[in-house]
Amino acid sequence: MRRFSWFNATSLTVGFVFLYLPMIILVIYSFNESRLVTVWAGFSTKWYAELMQNTAFLDAAWITVKVGFWSSTLATILGTMAAYVMVRGGRFFGRTLFSGMVYAPLVMPEVITGLSLLLFFIAIDLDRGVLTIVLAHTTFSMCYVSVVVSSRLVSFDKSLEEAALDLGCTPFDAFRSVTLPIIAPSVIAGWLLAFTLSLDDLVIASFASGPSSTTLPIKIFSAVRLGVTPEINALSTIMIGIVTVGVITASLVMKRNVARQKADEVRAAQG
Amino acid sequence: MRRFTLIAIPYLWLFALFLVPFLIVVRISFSYYELSIPPYGPQLDLSTGWDGVKAFFAELNWENYAFLTGDDLYWKAYLSSLKIALIATFFTLLVGFPIAYAMAKAAEEWRPMLMMLIILPFWTSFLIRVYAWIGILGTEGYLNQLLLGIGLIDAPLTILNTNVAVYIGIVYTYLPFMVLPIYAALEKMDDSLLEAAEDLGCTRTQAFWLVTAPLAKSGIIAGCFLVFIPSLGEFVIPSLLGGSDTLMIGKVLWEEFFSNRDWPVASTVAVILLLILIIPIILFQRNEQKQRETDG
Amino acid sequence: MAQSPQDVFAPWEDATEKPLIRFRNVTKNFGDFTAIDDLTLDIYAKEFFALLGPSGCGKTTLMRMLAGFEKPTTGTIELDGKDIANVPPNQRAVNMMFQSYALFPHLSVYENIAFGLKRSDMDKADIPARVDEMLRLTRLQKFAKRKPHQISGGQRQRVALARSLAKAPKLLLLDEPLGALDKKLRHETQFELMDIQEKTGTTFVIVTHDQEEAMTVASRVAVMDAGVIVQVATPDRIYENPNSVYVADFIGEVNFIEGHAAVVDGVATISWAEGQPPIRAKTDLSADTQCTYAVRPEKITITQDEPQDRPNKIKGAVLDIAYLGNISTYHVELPDGKVIKAQTANDRRIARRSFTWEDTVWLSWTDTAGVVLTA
Repeated sequence: MRRFSWFNATSLTVGFVFLYLPMIILVIYSFNESRLVTVWAGFSTKWYAELMQNTAFLDAAWITVKVGFWSSTLATILGTMAAYVMVRGGRFFGRTLFSGMVYAPLVMPEVITGLSLLLFFIAIDLDRGVLTIVLAHTTFSMCYVSVVVSSRLVSFDKSLEEAALDLGCTPFDAFRSVTLPIIAPSVIAGWLLAFTLSLDDLVIASFASGPSSTTLPIKIFSAVRLGVTPEINALSTIMIGIVTVGVITASLVMKRNVARQKADEVRAAQG
Repeated sequence: MRRFTLIAIPYLWLFALFLVPFLIVVRISFSYYELSIPPYGPQLDLSTGWDGVKAFFAELNWENYAFLTGDDLYWKAYLSSLKIALIATFFTLLVGFPIAYAMAKAAEEWRPMLMMLIILPFWTSFLIRVYAWIGILGTEGYLNQLLLGIGLIDAPLTILNTNVAVYIGIVYTYLPFMVLPIYAALEKMDDSLLEAAEDLGCTRTQAFWLVTAPLAKSGIIAGCFLVFIPSLGEFVIPSLLGGSDTLMIGKVLWEEFFSNRDWPVASTVAVILLLILIIPIILFQRNEQKQRETDG
Repeated sequence: MAQSPQDVFAPWEDATEKPLIRFRNVTKNFGDFTAIDDLTLDIYAKEFFALLGPSGCGKTTLMRMLAGFEKPTTGTIELDGKDIANVPPNQRAVNMMFQSYALFPHLSVYENIAFGLKRSDMDKADIPARVDEMLRLTRLQKFAKRKPHQISGGQRQRVALARSLAKAPKLLLLDEPLGALDKKLRHETQFELMDIQEKTGTTFVIVTHDQEEAMTVASRVAVMDAGVIVQVATPDRIYENPNSVYVADFIGEVNFIEGHAAVVDGVATISWAEGQPPIRAKTDLSADTQCTYAVRPEKITITQDEPQDRPNKIKGAVLDIAYLGNISTYHVELPDGKVIKAQTANDRRIARRSFTWEDTVWLSWTDTAGVVLTA
């Protein structure tokens, strides 16, 4: 017997209203005619048109996507390697230091990570720009990737790799043709997480960016400090829309795969 | 050989871009402010050989640490950060627990959907989620409009740019971190445990306190740390939603660096913040370790 | 292959036969733990060799050393006369069937079987024919295109077997190959395994904790305990002539009687309890010694009246009866409280039980029924 009371129904409703109402209001008011964001003056898409004219925003968006793509790709490669080393690496010199360095960035306040990287870039005399943001983002998001991938690797049946070796694979071949295809979903999830973290990051990017490399969050932050503007509402709506479509698609695909797998297993058990 | 490369690449990356930068922060925290580029001293001068190194170390000192403990702006900022993070964590638990509990009690086929609804905001921009509250909480914001409209208040409330707005911001943005671990702990719980408790004479309320709450304990602890640790060093929320009197150490560090350009003090602020964070981080890891042991 | 004099397959009795695998004084330590302790063992070509023992006895470690996943700490392992310590697993003419089957979930049955062939020096064009042959051997032709999760447990087991046999290894290792199957399927598959082993002529080494399985399939069984091989022999010898209390106890049911043996002309007279006649048993022992006498329940006859002309007989009372369908086991309590098990085959439908609880009965057996053990 499940007990699903009014109390539970209420807490779910109130909880989800709390989570979603602010974003829904944001979306609605992005279609407001008036520049006064708190007064509804009729439906309009003019702020989207205006946003498309705003080259500063578009440039920042382009830089952000570029940084996001490169940093998440690098982070996925490095993070997967780190995860593999942590789970399968056995013992090696400085292992404790290594796992410390993998986990520390996860709990390190962003202001400290940002500050330390900036001081480092200055110390080695590296001009701040897209490259430094990519380096900074890669460093902290590779740790997230490694957590995601290593949690998959831990549950990975090691005998699959041994079977590959037994059947004549070199260790690298075994990783490429057996391990990687099987853990691929978690590697993709890691990439998406890294990409999102990079798109989202304000603090570290502020430290690591130079005058010619303003990312979208930096741009939004400086605009938002002056208050609510309809352009930012429009921009937020677009970003929320992309994420929502992405997450819903991903979960539908996952749901379908699980359902198919279950059906297959039932059929297999019946012979 | 391959194994060596595999280990060396991520190792060196983290060494160069995480550990070394952090050591630089520590080193600068022992330096003094100077009107030069870079704006701190002493500089290590290797041209004079060993004497240069000795002179360098001789000039490093604890002055910034003494300054920070002496100036009440800083320790007030640390205390105020701790206070804000604690209060916000408490409210997040208050809001998050009923949601996690209701999710765990919901029908099995609904749970993945509810999970997705909890995680979805997490993938949306943090900045935008904080920004959304500016429009709501302002003097002319939607909340005041609503409350004035239904006649609950006569004059608009001042919420934006106060600590209350900061609490709301933290609860809102970190809610998934609280809900997910508690849900994970509750979901594992066997319903027959509650039936057994009632069978043995508990009322429902007693069963909740004697069975559900202890089993959810590790999830609650994990959730609290996951909210407390990042909100302690939070920058975006206090600077967008907080007022000029909202003292949070992340904001202080930012201003010390970008506005005052005092690198040594900013570095010292960072090092002390990290020292404060070590305690909750260790406690958090203990809790996780214990959880793994009981599970395994 | 040289045949033994009786024209039975028994290369281990032929001194001229060269073993395929040779463990020489192999020791394997994991930290402080000794998994294999100074072990020496020969396994011959075309054998179906079983490593039997409880979990943690070292049998899996022994197998993993053959496959190349573990290296011996000291000692050598030879395959075909060559030390294989430094040959990595992917270059050994040894294949393994894993306990979990370790089928690649992202590949079809066909691709799983072809996996090893693609990495061998086999001509690309010859691979399909070989895979088909393997599919036929394991009766899987219909399932070639399916993924592992789309077939049943028994079929998965056969895919794993086909995959490990595809490269025609000199030696096939099977790690608890039938452990995941239910009892009925397990019995069928045991015979299938023997059949395939015979057809392919491959040497099989199987690891199992199931004594019945080991007895059914193996040409020889090695019983292991705590990193040491206690006895290596054919299944019938292991059962009838265990060399120790451990082996006797591990395989099948047995009664143990502790006593002191006085040996005269190959016959031991064992005094074991006050007021009971001594047990007489044929033995290889030559000197008097403390001993444990082991006798299997099915070797003990149970009768209402005192039997005549039996060297060993004791009187007791029926304590418990376990009716198992084909056989019944009687637990008979002796006057001093000791319980002896005796088994009778239920070769007729019983309308009425011959014995019931608390009946006084006689237990009797011959002087060759049991063995005198000193270890």
